[in-house]
Amino acid sequence: MSRELNQQHSAIPSSKVGLKWIMSFAWRDSRGSRTKLALFVSSMVLGVAALVAINSFGDNLQATVDAESRTLLGADLSFESSKPFSDDVEAIIDSLGGRQSRRTSFSSMAYFTGSDATRLATVRGHESGFPYYGTIETDPPEASTAYLEEGGALVDGTLMVQYDVQVGDSVRIGNVTYPISGKLIQTPRESAAIMLFSPRIYVPLARIDTTLLATGSRADYEVYFRFDDNRNADAIVDDLEDRLRPERVGTDTVSEEREGWNEALTNLYRFLGLVGFVALILGSLGVASSIHVYVRQRIQTVAVLRCYGASSWQTFGVYLLQAAGMGLIGAVAGSGVGIGLQTVIPIILRDFLPVDVEFFISWSAVLLGSSIGLGVTLLFALLPLFSVRSIPPLAALRIEYAEGSSKRSLSWWVLISLVGIFVTILAVLQAPSPAFGLGYAGVLLVVFLLLAGIARLVIHLLRRRGPSNVSYVIRQGIANLYRPQNQTLMMVVSLGLGTFLVSTMLLSEQTLLGQIDFASSNEQPNLVFYDIQPYQIDQVAEIVELQEMPVIDQVPIVTMRISSVNGETVESMRADTTRQTSWAHRREYRSTYRDYLTESETLIEGEFVGVFSGDGPIPVSVERDVATQLEVEVGDTIVFNVQGVEMTTRVASLRMVDWRNMQTNFFIVFPTGPIDSAPAFHVLMTRAQDERQSAVLQSAVVRAHPNVSSIDVSVVLSVFEAIFSRIAFVVRFMALFSVITGLIVLSGSVMISRFQRMEESVLLKTLGASRKAVLQIMAVEYFTLGLISSVTGLIFSFGAGWAISRFVFDSALIIPYGSIALILITVISLTILIGLVNSRGVYERQALDVLRNET
Amino acid sequence: MESVLKINDLSRTYQSGSASLTVLKDVSFELMKGDSVSIVGPSGSGKTTLLGLSAGLDTPSTGSVELCGHPLSSLSEDDRARVRNEHVGFVFQSFRLIPTLTALENVMVPSELRGEKNAKEEAVRLLNEVGLRERHGHYPTQLSGGEQQRVALARAFINKPNILFADEPTGNLDSDTGDTIVDILFRLNETAGTTLVLVTHDMDLASRTERIIRLKGGEMVETASPSLASTHE
Repeated sequence: MSRELNQQHSAIPSSKVGLKWIMSFAWRDSRGSRTKLALFVSSMVLGVAALVAINSFGDNLQATVDAESRTLLGADLSFESSKPFSDDVEAIIDSLGGRQSRRTSFSSMAYFTGSDATRLATVRGHESGFPYYGTIETDPPEASTAYLEEGGALVDGTLMVQYDVQVGDSVRIGNVTYPISGKLIQTPRESAAIMLFSPRIYVPLARIDTTLLATGSRADYEVYFRFDDNRNADAIVDDLEDRLRPERVGTDTVSEEREGWNEALTNLYRFLGLVGFVALILGSLGVASSIHVYVRQRIQTVAVLRCYGASSWQTFGVYLLQAAGMGLIGAVAGSGVGIGLQTVIPIILRDFLPVDVEFFISWSAVLLGSSIGLGVTLLFALLPLFSVRSIPPLAALRIEYAEGSSKRSLSWWVLISLVGIFVTILAVLQAPSPAFGLGYAGVLLVVFLLLAGIARLVIHLLRRRGPSNVSYVIRQGIANLYRPQNQTLMMVVSLGLGTFLVSTMLLSEQTLLGQIDFASSNEQPNLVFYDIQPYQIDQVAEIVELQEMPVIDQVPIVTMRISSVNGETVESMRADTTRQTSWAHRREYRSTYRDYLTESETLIEGEFVGVFSGDGPIPVSVERDVATQLEVEVGDTIVFNVQGVEMTTRVASLRMVDWRNMQTNFFIVFPTGPIDSAPAFHVLMTRAQDERQSAVLQSAVVRAHPNVSSIDVSVVLSVFEAIFSRIAFVVRFMALFSVITGLIVLSGSVMISRFQRMEESVLLKTLGASRKAVLQIMAVEYFTLGLISSVTGLIFSFGAGWAISRFVFDSALIIPYGSIALILITVISLTILIGLVNSRGVYERQALDVLRNET
Repeated sequence: MESVLKINDLSRTYQSGSASLTVLKDVSFELMKGDSVSIVGPSGSGKTTLLGLSAGLDTPSTGSVELCGHPLSSLSEDDRARVRNEHVGFVFQSFRLIPTLTALENVMVPSELRGEKNAKEEAVRLLNEVGLRERHGHYPTQLSGGEQQRVALARAFINKPNILFADEPTGNLDSDTGDTIVDILFRLNETAGTTLVLVTHDMDLASRTERIIRLKGGEMVETASPSLASTHE
């Protein structure tokens, strides 16, 4: 019997459906779609994995740095100065007591007598004691202390390999020859990457050639302390700060060293986290896109449930729960992969780490990474899920009623804003600085919007003006790109972004290397000799000419510091905690004097004065960027301390300098006259035809003048290539996550539109299309998709590459056409391959199977 | 007799840009408990629209619907859903079974949405009654069209509805299967004492109801008993 009406006429019955039914129905409804759902999930796994791995590794790093902070400094406290400590500072050092160990470092040519090879190296003269904490790792191990007793040298491992030098051979630095006691493997405060820039050689302090420390040569003087009475080094620094600052003595304590490393390493792993973050966003977009199609396939189910009394929130809850389940599985799977990946990261970052990082699973990082993954997935899933709420029960009668209004509701806009805010907050939290995070989120948004905009434009253009005079196969393949429920937008965004990332990396690398190549090309000097004392300059020039090489340029250099700018002393600026002084105020300037501008200089303001008349302040020319840092304009006054003598100057002109030129370029150029007699050293530039000629000349100069150092541009080039290739490898490794995620999203997009393809295939087959024709139609579709995505990604990468070359490297963009063509071909081929592999079996399906299997 | 469905001056106009299309105009009628009525008319005459409005699946542009004492116009979408759950059963032309649920689970859905405890027992009984004793665990794709519509009938009656709306219940079936389904439909209807609203093109089927409402161009042009109703469309 039907229910009695009398009971019903009163109130609306309340809903008796709770979470239990929603969970039960969500589970039952997922039948037959679980494999599909797993594929959706897989697109976010790598994003979560990247976050978990990087953050967990970051925690490992933090813990290691905290545990080994004394080892990083090697002492409790250090003082450092670029000139020998004054008597006042020596008195302070004496008063501090404790155990002390001195070190003096400078750049000099190392001459390997066995192989007759020379190389610029950083020489560190040590006393016994240092490091007080940790060890210098050498091969053989006992060499770490034995070299001090033997009067030998420890030489950087890469240098020994490069010049085929063995323990027991000799190296000459200045006029002193040292037996090589061992190979340097790891030293306090220095990572492998630092070693690459400038290889280290450790020698006993007592044996260094002091003539190499002549006035004008750059050297660092350090003293390391160990306090066995547990004194607070930070408190000591606070007490002494006012006395040490005027002496330009820098200090370092364990906590400062730890903070320094923590900051640098946090920036490093956070930057990598941001690169991986793209994969998460891309994966989440993939999830959103898949859910969009999935929900469309569930319209009838939702409509029937609504007919039978389910509320809009209950049906929404069913699919939200499915999305949450997917997100959770993805987060757990991603965390698992992330933990595995965490073991690989220290290997990848090996060259940039000062310590061996101890592996442990950081559960807080795992929880954070999976929560972020789950949160981002759910937020992105909410966008398509929201449409479930608006599926009317009437759609059970007629499906066309399910096509709601194309207008976005207020709640949709609120939701999309929430997604934007959440992603921005995540980027800010993950980035090295809030500004970086904001910029990153902004760029990401712009790239996503541009890619989506291009995809929409292409769909629109193809629909309106698609090719009409071509074969059916091509027309049908292209028409597939704008048919209902197409995945064109998602595929263009994911593939385009992947292409964009890879290509931008390539362009940046090529531009940087091209910049260095420029320096080694044409008739530019490629061999620079410096630290030449005035009495040596003619002799060095003679050696160069004897080798039948040109003396391209010969420049005097005088070192100086700024005392005051427009009457305000740098000391008072530094003492004022409310303002920040820039590097331009603090640095030591190496200036020259001449009466002409070089080819790499362009006068942009004022008048270049070549000869000083003797009246008033000295007219100097200041490089544009330094002028900006110093906040000076033409006519302003700068007082320089030229090795103890105060010289008042007036900014007479501003210059723009092309730093790529391998000429000696200067921030400050004096007119001839006022500093001609100041203690100076000279730089001489020449051009060697080949490596052999360069090596012969360097050996000849170093043998005759051991204090003279040289830089071979080809060596600089190879060092830069080595450094950049290591950085590029790390970034590419992280970018790979986005690329693979893009491919997974592509697979997912193809898979979810598989049923539609089957229907089309069956219809075409029924109408007489051959297997070949069906395959060709799909190939045309994927070819066009791959082409649009890769070309769009490449064009954007040219824009990004141009911006990087213009604003970061200050040079012209270099496009490696061969590699770009390779990227284009690879993306198109992969798209066709993945498309066809995921569509396999489509043609073979029987019509009845397809028509009956509408799930 | 108690009123189950009361339709007053019901109109439905769809807006498409600046143009408006009236698909149903000033329709009024009332059904009492146990009544059966067929809505007939040519394609596009507004039959399905009238069914949708009567069941509270859509809202009218003007006029009112009172379903089992509830004035639908004053109810929210979710309240209308709860009224349907309590009083209404549906049979659709293309069955509309949930493809991921078995036959038994499909039948249980309305009962589960009511929070009934004995949903399974009742569903089993109904499936047995419609002749699907051996097919409880089968999914819709494993059933023939006739079997799917039997499952849909069992689902429609599980909540012991006061009113059943059937939209072309035999439209997707061959005539023999269709006849079987109609027999089951009327048998269940009779047993349950349910009011029946049937949308159909089939005058033979329509003739089995007590009343026929004929629509043309959205207007109700005739309401009569089958014996008096005109036989042409």
